[in-house]
Amino acid sequence: MPRPGFVLDVDKSTPPTLFWHGEGYRLEKLPADRSRIVYAPEPHDAIDDIDGAIRHALLNPIDADPLPAQLFPGMKLTIAFDDVSLPLPKMRRPDLRQRIIEQVLTMAADAGVDDVELIAALALHRRMHDFELRHALGDRIYDAFEPRGLLTQHDAEDPDNLAFLGTTPEGEEIEINKRAAESDLLVYVNINLVAMDGGWKSTATGLASYRSLRHHHNPQTMEASHSFMDQHRSELHKSNWRMGKVMREHGPKIFQIETTLNTDTFPDPFEFLSKREWEWKAKDRGLFLASSKSLDRVPDRMARKILHGIEAPHQLTSIQAGEVEAVHKVTTENVYEQQLVEVQGQTDILTMGIPYICPYNVHSIMNPILVMCTGLGYFFNLYRGMPLVREGGVVIMTHPTPNQFHPVHHPSYIDFFEEVLADTTDPHEMSKKWERQYAEDDWYRHLYKTSYAYHGVHPFYMWYWGSHGMQHAGRVIIVGGDPTTVRKLGFVPASTLNDALEIASDTVGRHPTITHVKTPPLLIADVK
Amino acid sequence: MKALFIDRSVARLGAARIAAGWSASAATRLGPLTYGEIDEPELHGDGWHRVHTRLSGICGSDLSMIEGHASTYFDEWVSFPFVPGHEVVGQLDDGTRVVLEPVLGHEARGLPAPFDGAAPGDGDDYAHLATGALEPGIQTGFCCSTGGGWAPWFVAHDSQLHRIPDDMPDERAVLVEPVAGGVHAALLAAPTVAHHADDSRPPVVAVIGAGTMGLTTIAGLRRYLPDVRIVVGARHPHQKSLARQFGADVVVEPDGLARAVRRAVGCHVIGDYLSSGADVTIDAVGTSATLTEALHMTRPRGRVIMLGMPASVTVDLTGLWHRETELKGAYTYGTESLPDGSQRRTFELAIDTANDLRVEQMFSAAYPLADHLDAIAHAAEAGRRGATKICFEVREGI
Repeated sequence: MPRPGFVLDVDKSTPPTLFWHGEGYRLEKLPADRSRIVYAPEPHDAIDDIDGAIRHALLNPIDADPLPAQLFPGMKLTIAFDDVSLPLPKMRRPDLRQRIIEQVLTMAADAGVDDVELIAALALHRRMHDFELRHALGDRIYDAFEPRGLLTQHDAEDPDNLAFLGTTPEGEEIEINKRAAESDLLVYVNINLVAMDGGWKSTATGLASYRSLRHHHNPQTMEASHSFMDQHRSELHKSNWRMGKVMREHGPKIFQIETTLNTDTFPDPFEFLSKREWEWKAKDRGLFLASSKSLDRVPDRMARKILHGIEAPHQLTSIQAGEVEAVHKVTTENVYEQQLVEVQGQTDILTMGIPYICPYNVHSIMNPILVMCTGLGYFFNLYRGMPLVREGGVVIMTHPTPNQFHPVHHPSYIDFFEEVLADTTDPHEMSKKWERQYAEDDWYRHLYKTSYAYHGVHPFYMWYWGSHGMQHAGRVIIVGGDPTTVRKLGFVPASTLNDALEIASDTVGRHPTITHVKTPPLLIADVK
Repeated sequence: MKALFIDRSVARLGAARIAAGWSASAATRLGPLTYGEIDEPELHGDGWHRVHTRLSGICGSDLSMIEGHASTYFDEWVSFPFVPGHEVVGQLDDGTRVVLEPVLGHEARGLPAPFDGAAPGDGDDYAHLATGALEPGIQTGFCCSTGGGWAPWFVAHDSQLHRIPDDMPDERAVLVEPVAGGVHAALLAAPTVAHHADDSRPPVVAVIGAGTMGLTTIAGLRRYLPDVRIVVGARHPHQKSLARQFGADVVVEPDGLARAVRRAVGCHVIGDYLSSGADVTIDAVGTSATLTEALHMTRPRGRVIMLGMPASVTVDLTGLWHRETELKGAYTYGTESLPDGSQRRTFELAIDTANDLRVEQMFSAAYPLADHLDAIAHAAEAGRRGATKICFEVREGI
């Protein structure tokens, strides 16, 4: 029986806590008697018969006809799927998307459907490399569809392949992939790693254009989402749902497939990363030392290669299919069941170790903008109820934060860092002054469409993603980060955790309460 | 009197060139610069004055000479031994404070001016720089007949002297000459900027380098071409800060300059070149690498202005040929044509600019002549050491 999440009150006997530190980790001793550590629940049992569960979901959908009943000869069928940003780390082959799509294709073939196309739902993310598509879909699907041009990647900058579906009463325009919009049936295959994934966000975001996305990917929406993981208090969620309503009336018929994973995140020899430190055995300590020293000694590039090569053992805990909202309700409950940890009250200081990976640097570099986004956008928002840290409190992250960017994946990030952050770190101001220029820059468009670059506007979205955290926290400190880079982000650099706590004392006093959120594995703090 | 002077010595120039590779101090010690007794320069007739140096700056061209990197081009245009120092604020025998416009023009050499009201730097025939009443020398500080600012005093002609008001501090006045150089370079951008055809964005001028010359150019651009977007590559924090203060719109690390220009223009990148680029790029460094970079980031039919003294460089000019890029030198000052059609002397514009911007912010340190080894070393490493302009100080009581 997996143990639930756990909040450890730190005392003098508590061993040092592992903090992620980019492509490495550090052991930190948190002050006794006023610190606590939030640990994720242990992985729930995975479904044994995954293929059977998929088949069952397709044949017994929620509030919808079974998939075979919706398939007919001569129809136009489109299968969209989540891109490389999910899951994290990538899962062992066969990927769930492959397993699900293979069964959808089998049912389509049985029904005599011969107009089938697959679309990677990139939104404004970079295109997936061939090896990533093969990993997600398997060689059989890739070889059958890609050479014939039937496996494509959503292009949010191709006006000929976008369809305008309408406008919400709030004035939000909905423009999505034309092939998907004009299909008789759109099957969307999700991997719901966190509670905000899926639902109408799949289509209203994953298959949308900048024209559409700007209505919810903006500072106002992000600041009003408390949090992204709590759909009842998320403006982002509400905007996507309003768009969904228009899509339901004017868009294609959608067959939504959503899946949840357990928190079995790290394989051997990295299992110790998921364990609670006081339960480490000699083997865990040895593996920690060995991997820690190795990662420290090898060049950054090599450390990155080692860590991005990790294939997680996480596996399916639930699959549901059918009508978008009904499916997503069940999915969200299943995500909560795996990830929720009850936490009593807020804290003065929230600490978090920023790992080597986030949704936007798979096989790439965690650049400074993504460090900010991972800390204040993702980890800060891993709550329901209220933030783990009190308003005006301090957020302390650990990450080397080098001034490094992947020139192919993140070209506009480099300019954003040099140009926009030199001008302002205020999301509202940069939104007004700079966003349009980057969004409409022809060179970024070219790279997004033809290379493997995130869209020109993407660094803005990453910055907005952290705007609620920035607005809420009184100070943000990065331990071990490159000082110049950290200052450019508008944060305070500190050499050690003790230095950071000393700096934080200006804001929260000499004896603050401290909460460390130990993730990954993923968790959602249910703050009472 | 005791002064710093440079004598022609092939051996010492060679030694300096080698030594400069590891230390500016070593280059100065082994090179052609000497601190010793010199013959006092003569007054050359009416209109000549003794100028008592108060402050005299150390310029990049001085360093090139001291370190043995100056081009052989100058062999026929200078006369040895000469006292360097062309950035000067000094005072006449009657106490009047002046800044020096160093070019030894027609009037100073007793030759007819090329046109009425010509400045020393005007004229399309440079024969006078090597002929006339004085020994050859492109300007004070490179001519054995006049002395130069790195001495307690030197001689200068009326045509070279600009009286300055009492409230203008020496630390500002000594920077008027480099400001004039920057203003001149900035105004050389004007004709190309005037032909900027894209109404959707302002013309872009890129500046490579933010030492004294880069910074004064930025100041000149902002003041006399106010509508241009100035994008600057600067290495050191104090340079970045001053660049912004003097009017740069975008300041980036040197290796990010082409990216920033691309952003400002909104063009593509084709190989090493931008598909379009800055209307004008001003290279205030003057190396093979910076000239190459300038050609890469300047738009077709744009202009590259070479402000930093280049000496010998190796550059692939295929792009220049294909893109019909103009390559323009920017050395001197004289009479400028402003964008509104009016004409002003560069030094007048420079004095206005220096006063407006309080350019003494660029003044970093002053050394006695006797401490020239420290001074030269400081100047050679100015950027890295957080400095901009290093001077010699010869004011009484120092």
